[in-house]
Order: sequence, then structure tokens, then C-alpha cells
Amino acid sequence: MSEGSDAQPISLTVNGEPVTVLATPSETLLEVLRYRLGLTGSKQGCDKGDCGACTVLVDGRPVLGCLTLATLCDGAEVRTVEGLSTAAGLHRVQAAFVRHGAAQCGFCTPGMLMSAVRFLETREQARAPTREEVAAALSGNLCRCTGYAKILDAVIDAAAELGTRSVPGSNDAEGAR
Amino acid sequence: MMPLPRFALARPGSLEEAARLLSDAGAEGRVLAGGTDLLVNLKHGLAAPRLLVSIDRLPELRGVSVDDAGALVVGAAERLADIAAQVLVRARAPAIAGAAGLAAHPQARNMGTLGGNVCLDVRCRYVNRTPLWRGSLGGCLKAEGDVCHVVPGGKNCMAALSGDTVAPLVALDAKAHLVSASAERWVSIEALRGKDGRTPVALQPGELVRAVRIPAAPPNRRSAYLKWAVRHAVDFPLVAVALVVDAGADGAIESLRVVASVLGPKPRVVAGLDRFRGERITPQLASAVAEQVTRQCVPLPNVLYDPQHRRRRLGVMVRRQLDAWVG
Ligand SMILES: Cc1cc2nc3c(=O)[nH]c(=O)nc-3n(C[C@H](O)[C@H](O)[C@H](O)COP(=O)(O)OP(=O)(O)OC[C@H]3O[C@@H](n4cnc5c(N)ncnc54)[C@H](O)[C@@H]3O)c2cc1C
Ligand code: SF4
Ligand code: FES
Ligand code: FES
Repeated sequence: MSEGSDAQPISLTVNGEPVTVLATPSETLLEVLRYRLGLTGSKQGCDKGDCGACTVLVDGRPVLGCLTLATLCDGAEVRTVEGLSTAAGLHRVQAAFVRHGAAQCGFCTPGMLMSAVRFLETREQARAPTREEVAAALSGNLCRCTGYAKILDAVIDAAAELGTRSVPGSNDAEGAR
Repeated sequence: MMPLPRFALARPGSLEEAARLLSDAGAEGRVLAGGTDLLVNLKHGLAAPRLLVSIDRLPELRGVSVDDAGALVVGAAERLADIAAQVLVRARAPAIAGAAGLAAHPQARNMGTLGGNVCLDVRCRYVNRTPLWRGSLGGCLKAEGDVCHVVPGGKNCMAALSGDTVAPLVALDAKAHLVSASAERWVSIEALRGKDGRTPVALQPGELVRAVRIPAAPPNRRSAYLKWAVRHAVDFPLVAVALVVDAGADGAIESLRVVASVLGPKPRVVAGLDRFRGERITPQLASAVAEQVTRQCVPLPNVLYDPQHRRRRLGVMVRRQLDAWVG
């Protein structure tokens, strides 16, 4: 990250909080989150689009922080792993990861969680997701440790729990906790 | 960490302004769409534009519609994930929806656009690397050097066409609407792709793709896009093929188009398929077409995996798809 004279302020909503932060044209959203805002949950894995460790939600959609220019996020709503838990405790998907032992080194986990959260919030609520649907939703997140089985188990479990507790058809993030 | 080089970034709000910025910048400017390929190439030091012109705020490049002639028109800035899910595209050009849904992975499809896919740079195991890696071989024709490691002694770069939508767009006879500050024109997707990997896309300086137009399909059309890669997600295609068959009411073939990609820089339109006109699709025909495709299409050692294996895969994909259409 070079602190050049070409840094300009941009405004983001990060995990519900409005923030104004400097960014140069060449800075990625991931760099701004990690190095300017101190949000190091999103990981810098390959830094070139292959691994998904940097996955964050921009205006609701999972994108790669490492290939998103921060300046182009001016005005956007960004959600990162830091925004998942509340004072009341872990997000359901996080809790399911813990129950299932779905993290080993944990490097892929923040990205996995963000893809999973998006999947759970937008899927058809009326029926349980299939293993294939979950695998497809997480197919842009590589894990070098777990072999994926426990991660899929955790997301399916979180979906089952959501299905019984949330209003059917609700895509609301808060309601889905 | 793979930092980006320094560049200026413009975010115009109209096509006119974008075209002017690109024309003023000339060779120093580049269109930035989803950035899922361009930014990786910049991180790899394969280009160093002074100005990136983002097209994410151009309403003229958005939308999917059907024109007066029944053709499907897709804005160049439409994202792959949306194209894959779009009802109009799925109904009118299922092979394009399918190809868009097979590219990359969910996050890249949420970012990457059709225009970026059609204008995707070619790929090669010797060039999509860090400068240090490339430097250890002294570079190649496409970057920093003067030899080709894929075709020793070759004068052209033979890196692989890798955009998943290109082969089906060519098979469906699609055209791109190109716009610059001073002119506009329509060019077939086939003609848009260059035969030398150093100039993979035949855009004039200052030109950008506004939309892609896919002509209306006749009533009995079947189309498919088949991609082979080691993983079902993330991977670029290692070999791929699009098939389009138009038949009469009696099932007799009126036209058969097969377009292969990931060979060299250009899509390969398989020649001589006219001889199957009037026949019905049978297992024998499936084998004969597959053999003709395999004879004409020769993958090069430009991407990972054994070229002979990729060539056999291509034949198998063609035969199986036609077999599925028997009757
Ligand atoms: C891990 C990974 C895997 C991938 N796998 C695949 C895959 O399997 N198949 C596949 O097809 N792609 C793949 N991609 C590449 C990419 O995501 C897609 O091809 C995508 O469609 C590129 O579009 P973009 O909008 O991101 O293009 P950009 O990166 O923004 O641009 C690509 C090129 O097109 C030019 N360009 C873009 N839009 C226009 C326009 N409207 N007019 C003129 N020029 C334009 C740019 O200047 C640049 O040269 C992969 C990428 C990653 C990171
Ligand atoms: S085909 Fe040859 S010239 Fe082109 S990128 Fe590969 S090694 Fe370089
Ligand atoms: S760090 Fe972004 S995809 Fe690997
Ligand atoms: S837990 Fe180590 S990469 Fe997934």
C-alpha cells in the first residue's frame, strides 16, 4: 500500500457502521479493510482470485476483496466476518462451524462463512438445502485442511436450525440469526 | 501480497464520457469491468496502463432485452451470475447461460462481466505467472522475451482462448456492438478474437464493447456448451466446445455448428460439417462428427494438462452430447 498523494476519501458502511477512509486508486477493498480499518478477519490468501479467503459481501453479494478496487465501493455496504457475531453470541453459522469442528487452521473460515451467510440468507427457505447446493455455493472457497465434509455438515446444520426458527421465506439478515 | 501497480481510475457516468476518456488515453488506457482478469494481470506485471476506465456506472452497458428481430441483446457490463440466472437468456440462449454459469466460481461470477469474458486475454502456463517466474525462462513473445515456449521457433503467440462464453457465442453467430468516441460498428465475436495472442482482441484504441447480440433461434434448435477442467469450479477450461444443431420438423439436420476453444488464441469453427445436412442424429453420426472435430482440433501445450488427453476429451464430449440428442 503506497500512501501517495492520489489517496481520496471514500465512504463505506462496514458491518452497519458508516466509515470514511482514504484509498488510492490501486488499493483493493481487502487492503483497505485490513490495513486501514484494522479488520484483519478477511484473509489475504492468494491475493489473485483463486482461493476465496478474502470473500466479503458488497451490497449483499459475495465478492473477492483482493480483486475489488476500494474506490469503486464508495457508497457501498460491506459485510465482513467481524460483523457476524453480536453481543448475544456467535452467528448461527459460526456456532455450527464450532460444533462440527469445521475449521482447522482457520485461514479459509472467514471467507467460507461469508459465502455461507449469503447462501443461507437468499436460499429458498421452505426446504432443506441439498449437499450439492451447499457445495456449489461454497465452490469459490478453497480449504487446504478439512476436506470440506465438516464444513458442508456445518452449513447444512445451520440451515436446518434456521428453517425451524426463522419466519419462512424471510431473507432478513437480523431475522436469520 | 500482490500489490497493484499505480494507475489513475476514472468512473464515468455515461458511455459518451467513457469513450472520450478512452480515446484521449489511447494505448495508455484500459477498460475495467469486473476486474477479475485485468487486475490479476496487472498484479502479475503483464500490463501497466496509466488509466483504468471503470464501466460500472454506464447504464448503456446494462440490461438484457429482445430486439425487433427477436434477437437477444445483452449489455456488456451484465455480470456472469446474472446472465446465468436470467430467464430470457436461459430460454433464448441456454448455451450462453450455461457457459456463464460454468465460468470461474461464484464470487468471480458476481464480479465478472460478459464484455470482460468476450475480451478476456488469452492464457498460457508460461505467461500467467509472476515476473520472477517468467524471468527465470527469459520471458516469451507475449511478455519480456522473443521466443515461444509452446511452439519453439513460432512467430505468433499461441496462448489459449479461455473465456467460456466465446465458443457458444461464435456458434450462435453473435455479434458485438463496438463504440468509440467517433464511431460505432458491429463485429462478429469470431472476428473480434485475434489469431496472435499478443493482440488477442481486435478492438481499435478507444473502442469498447457496448453489447452482444445473439440472433433469434429457429424453432428446432438444440445447443450446448461443454467444458472440461480438473475441478468443477475455479478452473479455467482446459478444453471446451459449443454445439448448435438446427433441425427440420422431421428431425433432419439443417445446420450443424461446432466451435472448439482453448486450442490457440482463436475459436476453431469446425469445417466441413455441411456433409451431415439432411441426416438425423444417430450414434453413427455422433461418432463421425466427433472424429471430424478431433481431426481438426489440436490442443497445444499452452495450458496445463496433456494436449493428447485434451484432444480425446474434446471428441468424447462432442460424441456424448450428440448421443444425448439422438432421435
Ligand atoms: C480464479 C479465477 C478463475 C477464473 N475462471 C474462469 C473460467 O473458468 N472461465 C472464464 O471464462 N473466465 C474465468 N475467469 C476470468 C474472469 O472471471 C471472467 O472471464 C470474467 O468474465 C472476466 O470479466 P471481467 O468483467 O472481470 O473482466 P475484466 O478483468 O474487467 O477485463 C478483462 C479484459 O476485457 C477488457 N474489457 C472488459 N470489458 C470490456 C468492454 N465492455 N469493452 C472492451 N473491453 C473490455 C478489459 O480491458 C480487459 O482487457 C477466472 C478468474 C479467476 C480470478
Ligand atoms: S504461447 Fe508462447 S508466446 Fe504465447 S504466452 Fe505462451 S509461451 Fe508466451
Ligand atoms: S485472497 Fe482473494 S481469492 Fe485468494
Ligand atoms: S481450515 Fe485451514 S484452509 Fe480451511
